[in-house]
Amino acid sequence: MKALHNFLEKKVKPNFVEGGKLSRFWVVYDSLETFAFTPGHVTKKGAHIRDSIDLKRTMFLVIVAMVPALLFGMWNAGHQYYLSIGEVSTADPYSAMLWEKFQVGLLKTLPLIVVSYGVGLGIEFIFAGLRKHSINEGFLVSGMLIPLIMPVDVPLWMVAVATAFAVIIGKEVFGGTGMNILNVALTARAFLFFAYPKQMSGEIWIHDVAASASNGMLADGYTGATALGHLANTVGKPVDGEVAGSVMGMFGDAGMYSFMDSFLGLIPGCIGETSALAILIGAGILIWTGIGSWRIMLSFLIGGLAMGAIFNAFGANAYMTLPAVHQIVIGGFMFGMVFMATDPVTAAQTNTGKIIYGFFGGFFSIMIRVFNPAYPEGVMMAILFMNVMAPMIDHYVIQSNIKRRMKRTALATATA
Amino acid sequence: MEYFSIFVKGIFIENMIFAYFLGMCSYLAVSKTVKTAVGLGFAVIFVLGITVPINYLLENYVLAEGALTWISPEYATVDLSFLSFIMFIAVIASMVQLVEMIVEKFAPALYGALGIFLPLIAVNCSILGGALFMQERQYPSIGEATVFGLGSGVGWWLAIVAIAAIREKIRYSHVPAPLRGLGITFIITGLMGMAFMSFMGIEI
Repeated sequence: MKALHNFLEKKVKPNFVEGGKLSRFWVVYDSLETFAFTPGHVTKKGAHIRDSIDLKRTMFLVIVAMVPALLFGMWNAGHQYYLSIGEVSTADPYSAMLWEKFQVGLLKTLPLIVVSYGVGLGIEFIFAGLRKHSINEGFLVSGMLIPLIMPVDVPLWMVAVATAFAVIIGKEVFGGTGMNILNVALTARAFLFFAYPKQMSGEIWIHDVAASASNGMLADGYTGATALGHLANTVGKPVDGEVAGSVMGMFGDAGMYSFMDSFLGLIPGCIGETSALAILIGAGILIWTGIGSWRIMLSFLIGGLAMGAIFNAFGANAYMTLPAVHQIVIGGFMFGMVFMATDPVTAAQTNTGKIIYGFFGGFFSIMIRVFNPAYPEGVMMAILFMNVMAPMIDHYVIQSNIKRRMKRTALATATA
Repeated sequence: MEYFSIFVKGIFIENMIFAYFLGMCSYLAVSKTVKTAVGLGFAVIFVLGITVPINYLLENYVLAEGALTWISPEYATVDLSFLSFIMFIAVIASMVQLVEMIVEKFAPALYGALGIFLPLIAVNCSILGGALFMQERQYPSIGEATVFGLGSGVGWWLAIVAIAAIREKIRYSHVPAPLRGLGITFIITGLMGMAFMSFMGIEI
């Protein structure tokens, strides 16, 4: 390590500093060097806090927290593929063809990750070079989140376009990492959703399910839609009708979206979002290291459960009769709660604000999902909406704090 | 329930700013700080809440086809709706003038804070938009028209306060020089519009 450091300092660095041959690429060198070593610059004035945590380490820990969901997502992509062509059965999901399943998922997921990082970091490098600031690490997390919230069979060029849009319009025009108002990964997903609605719905949730269907290989009962897609079909139809009955059958104990399967994640969906269990492991890591806000996660969960319970009480259509605890394990609810809503840049900053922000995030997630059949993925929209509202929530929390303290001071001076 | 539905629709689903992009000029100009944005937002709620029901009465008892039958049945074929633009804007202008005088007399502090923006409400597109939507949608009673006006006003208030808070937050952001000020505000508005699309299409 020491030798490498010396080599970099003596031989490589002089080329990149001001006046060197490659000084134009200083930002690239700087960001790569600080990946391995502590940055050389020190604070010259003002208060000093000594702590080993910095932006790079924060971002890295978030990625570590995403690893369980990522690995499970890869395996599940293969699992769904082999299920759809009928090569494995639901009776024994784990032991059979473990490696083959993983391989299918890896081959589908890896290109997404490469494209997302390639495009995003490429744009970051260009902007950093043009605007003469060092490269920010913020995209490390966004670049990993984007593939995790994509369907398995999404075309790669779409991922590239969405990433470019999210990084440029969602982040770089605001000045880069830490300045954006909307979550970058969700901006990418929402962009795809609104720009290519036809391609973003239908049979892209399971690898090759459309091709298998045309070859006559598709096993019975596989349509390639997500749990939310099926549920959206029941909106506007009577509770005890035929459609509602067949869809709700899938959510019963024996159905393909039973509570246990949805919790473990053995259902079709975006790559990273299916397994509530893997996501909760990530949540544990985030809360234990203090990087994700438990206030947001908890209030988000309570908000979702509250809305689900209200719907259960009404029960006007089959979607509303789905138990609240089942609502929160399907779709992207858990993933959004743990990795998207807790984004420290776009969430509310004050502690009280975080609770309000999280609660309404969860509340609107379930509400949009059920009320708006055109947008089965309500979580994405709800979090974007709360991102927009977060500064306002903060403003009013701070104002009410000021008011309360003024009152207290007035009281104290009056009695003194 | 009907009133509640119209109210919520006005705030979220048919938001004046993000669904119809009405009233953009003052929305962009006055959203630099939350404080003035809140003041203007309340003024818009107030004016919408007054002018929509007044225009509703005007529409249903003077302007619409056969509206004059309450004077005499022989006017049943008279259709004055071609006058509605002029009449609506006249009502809005006079109402804003009235509001301005009342505020000046009874709340001089607020009058000073709002400054030029109070008279500017007269030319705010969302106010005339509210009256015209009321005409187009043919609400069955004055109560619904009032609730619609108030709901649209609250939606406008929410939009301007939200963007003002965001603009206060990004004040120290390193925005590229050509985009500073209005440029970035337009981009923020677009992104906010995308977030508000979550409510579009909801039927309540």
